[in-house]
Amino acid sequence: MSITCRKYYYGDIPDNNAGGNISPEKNKLSGNDWPLWEVFIRSKQGLDHKHAGSLHATNAQMAIENARDVYTRRMEGVSIWVVESKHIHASNPEEAGSLYDPANDKVYRYPAFYDLPDELKHM
Amino acid sequence: MDDFEKNFQGKIDAEIKIEPKDWMPEKYRQTLIRQISQHAHSEIVGMLPEGNWITRAPSLKRKAILLAKVQDEAGHGLYLYAAAETLGTTREEMIDQLHSGQAKYSSIFNYPTLTWADIGAIGWLVDGAAIMNQVMLTRTSYGPYARAMVRICKEESFHQRQGFDILLTLSQGPDAQKNMCRDAINRWWWPSLMMFGPKDSDSTHSDQSMKWKIKRMGNDELRQKFVDMIAEQVKVLGMNLPDPDLKWNEEKNHYDFGEINWQEFWNVVKGNGPCNKQRLDARKKAWEQGAWVREAALAHANKVKLQTHKGTLEAA
Amino acid sequence: MLAVHQSRINYVLHLADNALIIGHRNSEWCGHGPVLEQDIAITNIALDLIGQARNFYQYAAELIGNNTTEDTLAYLRDEREFKNCLLAEQPNSDWAITILRQFFFSTYQYFFYQKLQYSNDVQLSAIAEKALKEVTYHLRWSSEWAIRLGDGTEDSHQRMIKAIDNLWMFTGELFLAVNYEKIGVNEGYGVDISLIKNDWMKKVTDAFEEATLALPPDDVWMQRGGKEGIHSEYLGHILAEMQYLQRAYPGAQW
Repeated sequence: MSITCRKYYYGDIPDNNAGGNISPEKNKLSGNDWPLWEVFIRSKQGLDHKHAGSLHATNAQMAIENARDVYTRRMEGVSIWVVESKHIHASNPEEAGSLYDPANDKVYRYPAFYDLPDELKHM
Repeated sequence: MDDFEKNFQGKIDAEIKIEPKDWMPEKYRQTLIRQISQHAHSEIVGMLPEGNWITRAPSLKRKAILLAKVQDEAGHGLYLYAAAETLGTTREEMIDQLHSGQAKYSSIFNYPTLTWADIGAIGWLVDGAAIMNQVMLTRTSYGPYARAMVRICKEESFHQRQGFDILLTLSQGPDAQKNMCRDAINRWWWPSLMMFGPKDSDSTHSDQSMKWKIKRMGNDELRQKFVDMIAEQVKVLGMNLPDPDLKWNEEKNHYDFGEINWQEFWNVVKGNGPCNKQRLDARKKAWEQGAWVREAALAHANKVKLQTHKGTLEAA
Repeated sequence: MLAVHQSRINYVLHLADNALIIGHRNSEWCGHGPVLEQDIAITNIALDLIGQARNFYQYAAELIGNNTTEDTLAYLRDEREFKNCLLAEQPNSDWAITILRQFFFSTYQYFFYQKLQYSNDVQLSAIAEKALKEVTYHLRWSSEWAIRLGDGTEDSHQRMIKAIDNLWMFTGELFLAVNYEKIGVNEGYGVDISLIKNDWMKKVTDAFEEATLALPPDDVWMQRGGKEGIHSEYLGHILAEMQYLQRAYPGAQW
């Protein structure tokens, strides 16, 4: 008996013949995708802008308008920031240990560290 | 398995999400690109069968709802393309693969929408089936994908309800409308069961996707959940599902249901569905006829940038 | 008295038909736009316009009475009863024509609604106030696109020239009042559209200048008739498609 091995990743779409790991013929592509932008939205006054997602636009003005149409259709925001994705500088995840772990033994940075008399209210 | 890979699998096992700049096995990255882009393509191609009724929606309210719903699908495709782009591909690359036939999309959209009731059936059955998958994917291991799914699920919540609402109205109408409703359920029921893919038993492979927690439930389990849900909901419509074997099984605490026509399933996947060519042609046409628009917008932006730059230099 | 009442109804229907028909045209793009972000954008505009149409139809239905609804007005009137401007019903053709049609129309709506806000009809003024916010964005979006395409590439520039050539002759009608509009002005609920022509022209001239596009000469022969139910051949097809279910199943609920 022959057994065909197949895997399915999204519903009924078979693994073979699918895109992803096959490099398309690059020369067919224009490379003319509009630049990618990251969108940050303030959901209401008083809150921070929070990353909402990304989109494509030719410039900052269009990016803000696209963000308005794409990310605030359900009144999700009162203010929008956009920044071209290539301008985002990110910390290196491999350095996460040296960057963030040293903070975890500095318990004196938290108010609960200090055991003060109960008579002292609202401090 | 080297240290990187062990560390990676450790994170997955501990339910820690993988983020774009984290180390990941190449196969994981490729699998994700393929799955997310196919998911995105499904949203975009999925606009077409429903879009077929936007200009013919029978009331202004229905027209607005349908328009908003199809627009949501464009948004969902956009979120998903963006999630895939964090893995180092581009939207243009993905779209090119769709158009060349290298990348697939969900076969359900290769069926035609023949009557207004089909819009109801798509919302209720097709979106209902998709939501099963999507709710599972909100817990997928890749951060950007999971976040996109959370947003999508939030927006999807009205889609299934509006579909059911359309059918409910038709089911309470005169015979002509009742028949329209029944006919749509009959045509869409089996294709929507096919949306969950082949039986798990037809894939003897150990599923790497499950181990990586990209996918978190088997096809059969999801399909059963769907059948159990729809078999109850259909009663509210006073309609039946076109399956003589559909029966509540007390012992299993689930519905039994009949065999899917797998021959049809494979044929539609292979491109022999009633609308495969039509759908792909429509997408290609939109993309090709949009090329000059995208180029012009870019050209204008570059001119403005140059002028601003010149202005700054002159001022200095 | 009856004639006066009928004029008000016609006036409201004219505004409703304008918004519905151009909204319907824009909705034809949904799923076929040149890029996803803009597919979503133009659908937003379609939704705004259909929303405006519904507000006007609901008010007209109230004025008419007799179980009239927004849907009987949109779905059960014939070509000759529709009162939209010819501009609104012109086909999408390509993105240049769609953009220019929207730019001409949004510019018109922008100045129109500014004045309609001060209508002595509280319903009209309330609808105008809400719609103005939407139209302000439509105007921004469509003028930016008109500039982009005019200035962009040689191809897009040529397409805009062709679009101007196709659409300019339908802009005259926007500022020529028909009978029910004149009565509206006299009664204080309507807008004197002859007064917004200069504003419209200035906005269009400025945008064209930035878009490196030339204005057509002053003596272009203008088409008219839409507001009085004399349409182009396109409207019949729009209605045949739009009204099909309501016509095929009279009295059915959807």
